[in-house]
Amino acid sequence: MGDAGLKIGTPKEIFDGERRVAMTPDSALQLQKLGHECIIESGAGLASGFVDEKYAEAGVEVVKTAAALWKAADVVAKVRVPDDAEMKRLREGQTLISFFSPVADEAKMQAAAKKGATVVAMEMIPRISRAQKMDALSSMANIAGYRAVIEAGNNFGRFFTGQITAAGKVPPAKVLVVGGGVAGLAAIGTSTSLGAITLAFDVRPEVAEQVESMGAQFVYLDFDEEQQDGSASGGYASVSSPEFREAQLAKFRELAPEVDIVITTALIPNREAPELWTEDMVAAMKPGSVIIDLAAEKGGNCKLTVMDEKIVTDNGVTIIGYTDFPSRMGTQASTLYATNIRHLMTDLTPEKDGVINHNMEDDVIRGATIAHASEVTFPPPKPKVAAIAAAPKKEKIKVPTPEEKRAAEIAAFKTQTKNQVTLLAVGGALLLAVGLVAPASFMQHFIVFVLSVFIGFQVIWGVAHSLHTPLMAVTNAISSIIILGALMQIGSGSLLVIVLAALSVFMCGINIFGGFLVTRRMLAMFQKS
Amino acid sequence: MDFGFTTAAYVVAAILFILSLGGLSGQESAKRAVWYGIAGMALAVAATLIGPGTGFWFLSLILIAGGGAIGYQLATKVQMTQMPELVAAMHSLVGLAAVFVGLIAHFEIGRVGGFIADGGDVKELGTFAALIAKKSGVELSILRVELFLGVFIGAVTFTGSVIAYGKLAGRVSSKAEKLPGGHMLNIAAVTIAVLSLVWYFNTGGFLPLFLMTLAALFIGYHLIMGIGGADMPVVVSMLNSYSGWAAAAIGFSLGNDLLIVVGALVGSSGAILSYIMCKAMNRSFVSVILGGFGGPVGEQMAVEGEQVAIEVDGVATMLNEADSVIIIPGYGMAVAQAQQAVSELVKKLRAQGKNVRFAIHPVAGRLPGHMNVLLAEAKVPYDIVMEMDEINDDFPSTDVAIVIGSNDIVNPAAQDDPNSPIAGMPVLECWKAKNVIVSKRGQGTGYSGIENPLFFKDNTRMLYGDAKASLDKLLPLID
Repeated sequence: MGDAGLKIGTPKEIFDGERRVAMTPDSALQLQKLGHECIIESGAGLASGFVDEKYAEAGVEVVKTAAALWKAADVVAKVRVPDDAEMKRLREGQTLISFFSPVADEAKMQAAAKKGATVVAMEMIPRISRAQKMDALSSMANIAGYRAVIEAGNNFGRFFTGQITAAGKVPPAKVLVVGGGVAGLAAIGTSTSLGAITLAFDVRPEVAEQVESMGAQFVYLDFDEEQQDGSASGGYASVSSPEFREAQLAKFRELAPEVDIVITTALIPNREAPELWTEDMVAAMKPGSVIIDLAAEKGGNCKLTVMDEKIVTDNGVTIIGYTDFPSRMGTQASTLYATNIRHLMTDLTPEKDGVINHNMEDDVIRGATIAHASEVTFPPPKPKVAAIAAAPKKEKIKVPTPEEKRAAEIAAFKTQTKNQVTLLAVGGALLLAVGLVAPASFMQHFIVFVLSVFIGFQVIWGVAHSLHTPLMAVTNAISSIIILGALMQIGSGSLLVIVLAALSVFMCGINIFGGFLVTRRMLAMFQKS
Repeated sequence: MDFGFTTAAYVVAAILFILSLGGLSGQESAKRAVWYGIAGMALAVAATLIGPGTGFWFLSLILIAGGGAIGYQLATKVQMTQMPELVAAMHSLVGLAAVFVGLIAHFEIGRVGGFIADGGDVKELGTFAALIAKKSGVELSILRVELFLGVFIGAVTFTGSVIAYGKLAGRVSSKAEKLPGGHMLNIAAVTIAVLSLVWYFNTGGFLPLFLMTLAALFIGYHLIMGIGGADMPVVVSMLNSYSGWAAAAIGFSLGNDLLIVVGALVGSSGAILSYIMCKAMNRSFVSVILGGFGGPVGEQMAVEGEQVAIEVDGVATMLNEADSVIIIPGYGMAVAQAQQAVSELVKKLRAQGKNVRFAIHPVAGRLPGHMNVLLAEAKVPYDIVMEMDEINDDFPSTDVAIVIGSNDIVNPAAQDDPNSPIAGMPVLECWKAKNVIVSKRGQGTGYSGIENPLFFKDNTRMLYGDAKASLDKLLPLID
């Protein structure tokens, strides 16, 4: 800990029922490694199971009041959007790291900028791979998805998994997850591992692969229009066409009587949540079914949802509209959130010397900063790196019908026959042409040659790929058969001929012995296990 | 001994050679097949010595024995990583021998011509000379074309192989280099050779033959200089093919059927190997030989993301948890001499009951089948070494794929990016495995200079450093 180190402080969350805390004893240790000092308001971690003593053990200074903390800290890290009292405590030169909805709370953002404070909004962290470790929205959505399934199970009167017991057969529960984002995927994972039959839907077709990799079935629509490419909107879903919506609702209507649990997670950035689970679908569901609406905060994917409440409809369907799923898992959520904050601080302290370098050239830091140097810096410019590479336009792979397959096979056979016949015809014609000109003595040898090439092609195709090197060594050795030519000539003629022939014999000797021996050496090494 | 016996011996030898090549279809039968080849060669040489060979056969035996001693030294001392060099060097010897034998045939024609003009008795001539003496005018012309071709191919093979040897042994820069003028020089040399053929066909003088030999030597040198290191598998198999065709051409001029048979076998073998290699790189033979990458060159897809490094302990955890592992070796493994360490790793992993296999791309290494030989040397059992087509579908069900010293053969751009220089080349789809570990020296793009998106994938981890050093550090960490 350098003396120059900044103080990073975390106050107790004021928002009613909020259990999370932005610093854990573990994250504090890591922050101190960056050269910072840590302080925390007494009791801040209590609701998440982190007592003051643990913080103190980790070298964190515990202060009694929020006022003292805000006064002492150079950087304040918290979870919820600061309320008016906290906004008053924010001072010039202070950095605030928190969730901070810049659109809904524009006035607060203006106020912060006016004061000369720097505000980093956690939900504005761009979705690029480098920033994943600080992406608090994703880590919270992950928890929400998990908790949604647990909450559904809590309100569902049957097993998730199918069982055959002495007391009778239990059918497995059928779960439909709408939306394949982080929360949706987490819900799918939890649901399949509990043993339920899980169906999943998303407007972005590229999600199908991820969904299937988690063990769920992707619900495909019979819809021809080019489906949207999620990469255009930074990895988030966008609004779909009316025709597409119709097809989607029709599919859901068909599924409604079958499914026991519906988890909707469909959100479109900066818009009201789309209505996906209509009242007639709720009416069509079996009594005892459960709907978990993770979009409740933005109006809900089901219009019957009441925000922050659990209701039961007339036909016995439970609809849950809680918005505090991450907070309901305070310990887990705090651990992950504190780690996100810690990673952000790592990027803000590149030299690990306790000095913050608020680099506005950096895509991630620039994107998340909404107030800096007395100016509002929202909305950020388009990041230099696109969040997700544009998916290459895929051509539709047609599944060939049996007739088509048969036709293709026949066509392939025909072309093969055609090729072979053409080859034979041309080759034959060439041979005949040569035969017309060349003398008989040449033709005798020529026939031997052609037949040998033919045999060579037939034989070599059968050689195992792994033996290609030995093949080369052997062919090398036997191509030294040219030694016969030298041997036949060595005795006949002048000194020059003898010398040349002797040299040839000598070189071929090297080749023959070398080639065969090295082949034997190689082949002896090939061992079966 | 009369000719009947020699011919019979040649027939037997030819059959033995065919069997010896055919036997290479399996590892076990191959061990027997080499003996067929050796027997065939012994028979052919013996029959020639006691048959048409005239005199000097004691000298011949001494020469063969001397050559054999050197060959024995070479074969027993050579490192398996140096196999490509050895093969290339041996090709050059065959090429040079073909040139010599062709030249001798030319001298003989001249001598026989003079002899008959002097009114000498044909029976006093040697067997080959006697053969020539019996030939008519047309046959003599054909003979000239044949030996001309034999010398031409032999000369190209000779210098080509010498350069290939130099490149593989690292004595000549492995970069593709061309003299100013590029292919125009080759065309000029070919033109000279063709003109010389016409000239020689008409006059039968030594000068055109000599000119052509020089031109052919230049072609061999310049052609192979222009081909880069990664294309060496094609070059070596092509030279292999040439050495066969040279032998066949000489066989024609000497009227020796065994030479023709063997030459044709070797020639087609090399041609097929070249074809397989070209197919594995999705490039035409011509584009490889003329050097440089072919295909469409547009803007390549930008690679996004970052390369995530990993340390050996991370790799160890990954491997200890994995059930199935596929290792993809490349030329880098041979350079780092890491095959023993790889073999140790495989042994340890297999002892834990894990399913460990190797995936070999046809053009991995510098010689067809190079990786197989290296792994065999390191005592990796051959039944876990798979070809690309056998194993490519298994990657999605594999926990860890380890890429050691290969680059282009695992480049997903070949499938995804139509503008990539290697678009359409069949590649090992290792990125479909749950985790991919890439052992690599540093962050560079490797020989071909093509960016590899595999290194930037979310499930890829980069293990930087020398492959052997990394593996040696890794070994004790595997329980």
